[in-house]
Amino acid sequence: MKFEGRVWIFKDDDINTDLIYPGKYIYEPLKEEEQARHAMEDYDFDFSDQARKHDIIITGKNFGCGSSREQAVTCLKYAGVDAIVAKSFARLFYRNAINSAVAVIECPEAVDEAFKLEAKQGSRLSDLKMKIDLSNGKISLALKEYLLKEYSFPSWDEQAMLIFKAGGLVEYTKQRL
Amino acid sequence: MGQTLIEKIIARASGKKAVSKGEIVFVSPHRILSHDNSAAIIEIFKKIGAKKVWDPERIFIALDHAVPPPDERKALNHKIIRNFVKEQGIKHFYDCGVGICHQVLPEYGHVVPGVVILGSDSHTTTHGALGAAGIPIGRTETASVWAIGKTWLKVPETIKIVLQGTLKEGVYAKDAILYVIGQVGADGANYKAMEFYGNIVEKMSISERMTICNLSAEMGAKAGMVPFDEVTKERLKRRVEGPYESLYADSDAAYEKVLEYDLSDLEPQVACPHKVDNVHRVKDLKKIKIDVAFLGTCTNGRLDDLKIASEIVEGKKIAPGVRLLVYPASRMVLIAALKMGYIEKLVEAGAEVAVPSCGPCLGAYGGILAPGEKCISSANRNFKGRMGCKEETGIFLASPVTVAASAIAGYITAEV
Repeated sequence: MKFEGRVWIFKDDDINTDLIYPGKYIYEPLKEEEQARHAMEDYDFDFSDQARKHDIIITGKNFGCGSSREQAVTCLKYAGVDAIVAKSFARLFYRNAINSAVAVIECPEAVDEAFKLEAKQGSRLSDLKMKIDLSNGKISLALKEYLLKEYSFPSWDEQAMLIFKAGGLVEYTKQRL
Repeated sequence: MGQTLIEKIIARASGKKAVSKGEIVFVSPHRILSHDNSAAIIEIFKKIGAKKVWDPERIFIALDHAVPPPDERKALNHKIIRNFVKEQGIKHFYDCGVGICHQVLPEYGHVVPGVVILGSDSHTTTHGALGAAGIPIGRTETASVWAIGKTWLKVPETIKIVLQGTLKEGVYAKDAILYVIGQVGADGANYKAMEFYGNIVEKMSISERMTICNLSAEMGAKAGMVPFDEVTKERLKRRVEGPYESLYADSDAAYEKVLEYDLSDLEPQVACPHKVDNVHRVKDLKKIKIDVAFLGTCTNGRLDDLKIASEIVEGKKIAPGVRLLVYPASRMVLIAALKMGYIEKLVEAGAEVAVPSCGPCLGAYGGILAPGEKCISSANRNFKGRMGCKEETGIFLASPVTVAASAIAGYITAEV
């Protein structure tokens, strides 16, 4: 339950599901790599080209507000994102993320620190690195090889952890048929 | 300590005597709703390996998001859904043209007070208008409930909203709730339930209550509810499936907070691009020229909305260059609006009237904006790119009155 990766900064609040995955694609049954290509299309058109496996997103409050569309989570997952650290998440996005086994972590202190280091609003790939340990609720933020700071985040609800550990809700449900 | 309405509803749905905030329980829904996304849900259901749905009588599907289908893929989605409905014996299926899921579910009596309605659509909160808890979930979760009949919920805290005073003439439920959204913020009710009270709410019709419960989703709410009263009782006499037992919050229920607003001086409101909580008085806006006026959706596409808009445009013509798009929320609404002459007045004024469905609200078909265009809309979201194009477009959310008045004027106004 450990994640380590490059850091994307989305320095905004209320980044909604239409910005993450536009409505015109939600009734198209797109393959994983096609979904990934549209990730963040209306927020940062270049994101999908540059995103890589194990990337981590750091963003403001109410990330993923708006629609129930699950592709807002899965497009990021297929683009390579393992974890999202936000000041807060919209409820539906949070639930969809757990159900798709994407780690969602609320840690305003870590976000504030990262935002302080990245003055400009909007999206960019930063020089920061992040490590997340779900088992003990710790996050560390590093610049190049230098550890900057460590943070704690509250543990998830037991049921959310159960679904996440199963590998998502499809696997969880399979075991309960 | 007394219990809130959502605590009582969740307790009943989970078979417990009482629940308290933060507790995790498993609930089985009275109904589980989905729409065109059912095609994707079916695929996940199969991936799970499930063979039969847990209860074909409790699954509700209405085709509304791409109706009539604008392309082959969306037509195929509908075909996949029809086949599945037949194969599984799903009882409550409403094909293209019957209307928007959130309009059809209560119209056909599927919503009763005191129950949990789960829905694979963020505006499932609408069903709080009849005293039920409409709780939105995602596609995978819907497939899981189809398979095993239950899901987990964390009992939320509740914000009590009290709307006092009397709304001025020309000010409607949409203005009231837009004002509340401006005050509470786009994440002000995230994870929480909302209960609506006060003499303004008591006087609201079910249609108006649907508007406010629908838009509680835009504050992040898990559910938005108006407690059962005489208005609800009258409405349920028309059509309801089976007996029901209403629930109420206790008078000593513990709320996270109570927000009271006197709306006697409220003026028509508008949510400006690109956030729903960017709310202003219409009269404080500069003269903003519009290209499209959109009347419809689960928020404001009902008979009273079409009535008031038709009265405003009667005997007039929409401004040159403006398109007035009218999407009645359901077939029942359309038939009634035809009989009452509302549709004729709208069409005479230059409106384009479409098949009952979601229309351009979700930006997939049926009235996409061109680069640079501005739209005044009775819908629920004004996110950048929401109506299919993000290049210099802008969506302004307002009441049907403001939509109709703006269509005639050619710019945003609530003056009729």
